[in-house]
Amino acid sequence: MNGGMSVIVRTVSRFVYGLILVFGFYVIMHGHLTPGGGFQGGAVVASAFALLLVAFGAAGLKGRLNAHLLQSLEEVGALAFLALGFLGIGTAFFYNLLANSGSLFGASVPIGPNSGILDSAGTLPLMNWAVGLKVMTGIASIVIVMLIGARKEETE
Amino acid sequence: MNVGNLPFIVSALLVVLGIYTLLFKRNLIKLVIGVSLIETGVNLFLVMLGYRSEGIAPIYTFAPAGERMVLPTPQALTLTSIVIGLATTALLLSFAVFIWRHYGTLDVHKIKELKG
Amino acid sequence: MSALSVHAPVLLIAIPLLGAFAVPLIGKLGRGVRDVFVGLIAAFTAALAGLLAADVFGRGGAASVYVLGGKPFNIPLPSGMTAPIRILLEVDGMSAFMGLITALVTITAIAFSFSYWKKRSGGNMYYSLLLLLTAGIFGMEMTGDMFNFFVFLEVTSIAACGLIGFRVWLGRSQEAGFKVMTLYTVSGLFVLLAVGLLYGEHGGLNIAYLAHGLTGGLIDKIALGLLLTGLAMKAGAVPMHMWAPDAYGEAPAPTSAVLVANSQASLYGLFRVLFTLFGITVSAATTGWILIGFALLTIFVGVTMALVQNDIKRLIAYGAVSQIGYMLLGVGVGLATIVAKPAYGLVAMQGGIFHMINDAACIGLLFLVAGAISRAAGTRDLNKMGGLAHTMKYTSVFFVIGAFALAGVPPFNGFASKFLIYEASFKLSPFLAIIAILSSILLLAVFVKAFQGAFLGPRPASPGGGEAPLGMLIPMAVLTLVVIAFGLFPGFFVERIVTPAARALWFGRDAYISAILGG
Repeated sequence: MNGGMSVIVRTVSRFVYGLILVFGFYVIMHGHLTPGGGFQGGAVVASAFALLLVAFGAAGLKGRLNAHLLQSLEEVGALAFLALGFLGIGTAFFYNLLANSGSLFGASVPIGPNSGILDSAGTLPLMNWAVGLKVMTGIASIVIVMLIGARKEETE
Repeated sequence: MNVGNLPFIVSALLVVLGIYTLLFKRNLIKLVIGVSLIETGVNLFLVMLGYRSEGIAPIYTFAPAGERMVLPTPQALTLTSIVIGLATTALLLSFAVFIWRHYGTLDVHKIKELKG
Repeated sequence: MSALSVHAPVLLIAIPLLGAFAVPLIGKLGRGVRDVFVGLIAAFTAALAGLLAADVFGRGGAASVYVLGGKPFNIPLPSGMTAPIRILLEVDGMSAFMGLITALVTITAIAFSFSYWKKRSGGNMYYSLLLLLTAGIFGMEMTGDMFNFFVFLEVTSIAACGLIGFRVWLGRSQEAGFKVMTLYTVSGLFVLLAVGLLYGEHGGLNIAYLAHGLTGGLIDKIALGLLLTGLAMKAGAVPMHMWAPDAYGEAPAPTSAVLVANSQASLYGLFRVLFTLFGITVSAATTGWILIGFALLTIFVGVTMALVQNDIKRLIAYGAVSQIGYMLLGVGVGLATIVAKPAYGLVAMQGGIFHMINDAACIGLLFLVAGAISRAAGTRDLNKMGGLAHTMKYTSVFFVIGAFALAGVPPFNGFASKFLIYEASFKLSPFLAIIAILSSILLLAVFVKAFQGAFLGPRPASPGGGEAPLGMLIPMAVLTLVVIAFGLFPGFFVERIVTPAARALWFGRDAYISAILGG
């Protein structure tokens, strides 16, 4: 697996990787309107990363991987989630301060079937982004450790 | 289409198969698969709790008016359970990797440094 | 100050979580900054727990509700609703009492860790996991929602197993971590299955809402059996105790104390389910006698297995397992007599609950001492170490006090709580008290053997470096102070903090339900 796969696979995966990223971000962004949200979209983006790892092999990606950056981004995502929870502490923890308020993500939504307003639901899309960031970097770290860390043993 | 109690029977079967694997298999990876089978059975059971016959997905975006919807709460419970299962399986597999590095074997009966 | 105490239930969970996520980032700035940060978080959390306890006990143990994301935060049912829809935290006397135990154990473990990790690397991940475990334990104790309880149960399982397998260079800690994680996961899945059954039957996840609607039919009995099995498995009752010596023995010494708090939190979950959720709807006498059966097995097997151990941490671990049996015995006697409500039932509950805080202090002290002496002697085998009393005078005194207190020797705190248990269980059936007293005597013999092996004897050939450093002695001294104070003035402490907790479980089911569903 160290050498990656054939030319066809590598070329196609370079192209498909971008598409998977876009789809993953779409799933995260629209979590309050359609099925999806932070964890689901984050898992999709991490699977794009796993695709690259399988297609190019550990040796091919050696120079571009930065495990410390992944860990720092993971912590930023977690802290952002908690900070959003503390945002409404004047009323209660996790109180949705931005919903129905007219500011960022603050459009008001009618009850019942509607046409899906992206600009609504207050802190929910922001929390989706925080969780999505944490999940993508977290699962990517797990995949790196399991693939590269375990392979190192076999070649010794 | 009326499926009756079939999903609940399948869920119970998965849990029983998982417990059987945990009790009688010796390879560490098979034990992790057994735990994963129990988790799958419980998740299936949770999702089935919310089903209402002839119901549509509980989403308001472009939903047809006047239709019955299935309950959304069990879906949130199942999603949480899947995420917890992911973290658990990742931790169990990393322990298996370290055990393989230390002992050179994945057989539960041969890894007996802790006794008594 | 009142604003802080009002938000205290959720801050007790959120502040350690914030600490757990921020420690790796702050640790990049240097070791001293990280230690100060972790110390601040621990001190703030302990202060919050004390504030919450003062608030709740000042009201006589009445339940207070916190609605996450609600407007305002203390009205569970907005106008026109008949069922609570958000996640609710409900804190009554028993929850506040458990919060005090967790805060005491956590702050001494973190203070001990500062000097335990002085010369080693990898401290960032260690503190992060320890704070995550603390947040999970507080979450289990403060919540009023069954599924939320399951989520925090799994958080503590994962964090605890991360700490057990922390020393990756040792093969046996990985083996212990694998076994313990498998067992914790299976017990968590049993609890989830029971929560699913209760949701499908009654349509709600909130404990008060479920308690209001329980009927005692077949599904409720199956759910009770699953919850009893899952939670007793995680608390370490025999015959499902096999993981406990591996877990407590392989974790780094300061965290073994926090793992005992973890087991006690799942024991709290069991009590909450049995007394508040089910109460008298399902036959309480049968369940009480099942608990008493588990308790006797646990007390006896724990002590007899401790007799044959050579490793000091596994010896103390088996002692911890047997003490869980005493708590089960006290509360089991209370549950078995809850319908007739004789006076000795409340005394048994007080004994069992008082033993929780006494056991946490004593076992915490013993594990910290074990950490200090395994540092000094370089080994954990009792046959290989000896003569440490010459060089470690304070530590040996602490060990003697902790061991005598755990075995129930007056005037320490173990005697006070065990005497209540003996008295009350004797009135139910003399056989119970006889087994409990005999096991206490056996436990004293076990600790005398441990003391002789570790501390008495000639001076060691290679002195491992004198007395334990001051950073390790201070947490041990704090716990010893608690042991002595609770032993000398038991009546004062029982009346102030234990009786509200016992009454909240014994009498308080209707008050718990009406705090959420209103009247």
